[in-house]
This record gives sequence, structure tokens and C-alpha cells, in this order.
Amino acid sequence: MRSPLGRAIGLGSAKEGVEHWWLQRITALALVPLTVWFVIAVIRLAGADVDTVRDWVGHPLPAIFLVLLLIATFWHASLGLQVVIEDYVHTEFAKLGLVIVVRLACFALAVAGIFAVLSMALQTTS
Amino acid sequence: MRSADRPISPHLQIYRWQLTSVLSILHRAAGLALSAGTILLVWWLVAAASGPDAYDGVADFLGSWLGFLLLFGWTLSLFYHLCNGIRHLVWDTGHGLDLKSTYLGGWLVVGGTGALTLIAWIAGISSWVY
Repeated sequence: MRSPLGRAIGLGSAKEGVEHWWLQRITALALVPLTVWFVIAVIRLAGADVDTVRDWVGHPLPAIFLVLLLIATFWHASLGLQVVIEDYVHTEFAKLGLVIVVRLACFALAVAGIFAVLSMALQTTS
Repeated sequence: MRSADRPISPHLQIYRWQLTSVLSILHRAAGLALSAGTILLVWWLVAAASGPDAYDGVADFLGSWLGFLLLFGWTLSLFYHLCNGIRHLVWDTGHGLDLKSTYLGGWLVVGGTGALTLIAWIAGISSWVY
């Protein structure tokens, strides 16, 4: 038997909630103009062949915006998915495991996307 | 009164649906859908970087019925999450938290999502055709 106080001590917040909340908002703010720009860009590229797409990514501004979009998207997704997992998965092992898998998957996808953009941007000599 | 006899809050299944709670659930669902959709975005970029053969693969998939369905769901989720996300950012400043404003903002988000999705698809299809 432990006293209620004994059970509660040491189980306080990890003191990192504010940073999580704040980064979720900062990335959201960045994503508002970036996603609007991206949707317009994709609409203009609808049905385009690979050369047109590569030519577009080869210009500095689209390449920079795409890299920023990828960073903000996967940062935002990783924070959001973590909250969803923490809300619905109550087994400690599964919860921690899923959070780690989601983090690593977001990081890997972000790196893959950024590498693809940079390789197209740096190959094009225009 | 014993604790078991006390009236309890209605369970989700018999609770009357409200716009506010439905939009809240949809925000999370759209976020999950968009997270899954990022795989498509990265696939598209990596395929374009890899060359014509890989790009033809992703273009064929996106041009299929399943691809169109996924893209439609993705645009709908994107515009909804975007509009409702802006609603959340307004709330974060401490504004619009009374009952009337949450409903007004909610309906604005519903209308905005529908209008933006429609505009994007009309523009996308006409850009694809011409």
C-alpha cells in the first residue's frame, strides 16, 4: 500500500508540453501560405510530364518552398500524430513504440523528399 | 445515493451530435488522412527525381480511378484541415470562443472547404485538359 501522495510524486509533467504546443502552432502558421502555394503549383502542373516537373523544381523559389513545405509538414505531422497516439494507445510499451516509429518515419520521409528536391534543383543547369 | 445510481453523462453513441464536436473529430481524422497522404507527395518527388520511368508509374497511378479518389480525399482533407486550423489559430489568440462564434466559424469552415475543393478541382481538371 502506498499513500496517494507517494503514488503521485515523480509522475508530474515532463515540462515539455509547452514546446510541443508552441511548435505545433508555429509549423501550422508556416503551413498556411506554403500549402496554398503548393496546391496552386500542383494545379498548374496537372498532367505535366516529368521534364516539366523537373524544370519547375529546378528553379530556386519552387525548390526552396518545397523544402520548407516538407520540413513544416513532417514536423507538424509528427507532433500531431504523437498527440493522437498518446490519446488512444494506453499500453505504455505500444504507445512508446508507435511514437518512435512515427517519429522515425516522418524523419525518413522528410529526408527522402528533401533529397529528391535538392537533386533535381542542383542537376538543372538553367 | 449509491454511486452506481448516480446519473452519468450520456455515452458518445447516444449523445446528440453537434457541429462543434463533429468538426473537432473531423479535424483529427483529416490530419491522419493528410499524414498518410504525405507518402504520395514524397513518392511523387522521388519519382520525378529518379527519371521518366519512375515518374510514369506515379503519373499512371494518380491518373487512375483510385488515384483520383485518393487525390480528391486528400484535397478535401487538406482544405478542411487548413480552414479549421486557421479557426484553431484564432481561438489560440483568445478570440471567438463564445458559443455563437464557434458555430459561425464552424459553418464558415464547412462552406470554405466545399468552395475551395470545388475551385481546386475545376482549375485542376481544366489545367489538365488544356
